[in-house]
Amino acid sequence: MSGYALAARGLNKSFGSLVVAADVELNLPAGVRYALIGPNGAGKTTLINLITGMLRPDAGRIFLGDRDITAAAPDDRVRSGLVRTFQINSLFPHLTALESVMLAVCERRRVAQTWWRPITAYRDEADEAYGILNSLMLGGVSQRLTRELPYGQQRLLEIALALATKPKVLLLDEPTAGVPRGESRDLFAAIAGLSSDITVLFIEHDMDLVFRFAARVIVMVGGRVLVEGTPAEIASDPHVRAVYLGKARQ
Amino acid sequence: MTREALAGPGHYLRAQIRWRWSEIAFWLATLLPFVLAPSYLILASQVAITALFALSLDLILGYAGIVSLGHAAYFGVGAYTAGLISTRGWGEPLAGLLAAGLAAGIFGYLTSFIVARFRHLALIMITLGIGLVLQEAANSASWLTGGFDGLQGIHTWPIFGRFQFDLYGYTAYGYSLAVLFIIFLIARRLIHSPFGLALRGIRENGVRMPAIGAPTYVHIRTVYTIAATIAGIAGALLAETTETVSLEALGFQRSADVLVMLILGGTGRLYGGLVGAAVYMVARDQFSGLNPQYWYFWIGLLLVAVVMLMPNGILGGLALLARRARAGS
Repeated sequence: MSGYALAARGLNKSFGSLVVAADVELNLPAGVRYALIGPNGAGKTTLINLITGMLRPDAGRIFLGDRDITAAAPDDRVRSGLVRTFQINSLFPHLTALESVMLAVCERRRVAQTWWRPITAYRDEADEAYGILNSLMLGGVSQRLTRELPYGQQRLLEIALALATKPKVLLLDEPTAGVPRGESRDLFAAIAGLSSDITVLFIEHDMDLVFRFAARVIVMVGGRVLVEGTPAEIASDPHVRAVYLGKARQ
Repeated sequence: MTREALAGPGHYLRAQIRWRWSEIAFWLATLLPFVLAPSYLILASQVAITALFALSLDLILGYAGIVSLGHAAYFGVGAYTAGLISTRGWGEPLAGLLAAGLAAGIFGYLTSFIVARFRHLALIMITLGIGLVLQEAANSASWLTGGFDGLQGIHTWPIFGRFQFDLYGYTAYGYSLAVLFIIFLIARRLIHSPFGLALRGIRENGVRMPAIGAPTYVHIRTVYTIAATIAGIAGALLAETTETVSLEALGFQRSADVLVMLILGGTGRLYGGLVGAAVYMVARDQFSGLNPQYWYFWIGLLLVAVVMLMPNGILGGLALLARRARAGS
């Protein structure tokens, strides 16, 4: 029993001589908002890939609640409540926003294997998908093709897809990448408005957003967790200032 | 903004699956050969059978993005199954269809475990390999299949004990068309189901699917099995209406032809394979009449022209024209 929503024990991963994760330990309690920060190449996205099963760790174990998910397939982890979004938009260009979210809802409700009933019989799923889009201010564009949506709305759709899977733990890989600053705040307001029992971990480079929206911050450097603490602790930590904030705030 | 766009999600979904006038016109047009070209009914039945085969390929290629160069394997399994049952003394056509669909479906399910693990070029090699293996197996098992000489002695009983297969192809075309239509209805239902949506998701972004909790391999195995079943039924139709099965039924040429027809008509549109089969086979019939030796020259020219002018196939081109006409008016 780990007692945490998500925990990692001694995660290691290297590509040849390049160490991308070294003895990473994570203990995320339920419902807490975490920011994961660190310079480029620190292994932040790699860590998300390891946790979600897109990469296999060389050593170490991962726990979702009480369950050891180290060997579980990525889609299995998603169905258990461990969900991620992507740094680069990874959507369904020729599906409408409604169809995309409805697809995720149907997968969660295990009806996506049903080929003999028309989709119109799935009013509940359609309404739920529409509700999710509405909650992210996408209700008005729900019937537009994904590829026709402006970039900011595509980033929101990315989050809508994740929400449709009913996550317990949500990993957001640079949700505001490429989004203008004003829209970033709206996007984070939407993230902050998520149900308080979802554990959120987000990678973000904008320190104002990090300090504003994260309850705790994890700093990674060179594949290692350098330090973890509250935003105030992180801001005053001399190691962090030396390797990261110092450079970023010059 | 259209009226549908303003209404709720339920209304929008209903509008997506509604029958269009063009579809009704298309199916009415399939009856025209009976009155306009009764001397071409044999060809028409071949077109209907090939269209069914192309429809099955569209389910995996057009919807799930699985490129296959060995799809004739399942067509051939169906053709030989129906043929063998008939030569063993049971020529009832509907039973032949069911048995063929079952046999091809089982073969499709078994091979789907290999197919679902690969994409792109590797997939082309795998499917090509499955086709070649099966063709040579059928060739060497001549005690069963008749080998190079083909399967002789097929006799198809009248449909429902009433409709005798005639020399002009009235029954053959009516039968093939009816089977095509019924299976088309099933396929249409499939693509408008939650499963159809999942298939489009795989085609659009297969890598993303696991991240929304989708068991992609399971989906691919399912659609591959269904497509193999339909291909097997198409093969059985050919065996029953021509009362012969040759190795050509599961050869590479048939796999390549059906792929060409589908791309010609337009993938992922359900009607693409139907239109492509009709255009390709009528063109082949006409060109081979004009120029018996070099007719593939004209087929080649047709392919290059269509793909250059209409990269999304004939139906893709028509859809584009229709959109432009609407935008202009």
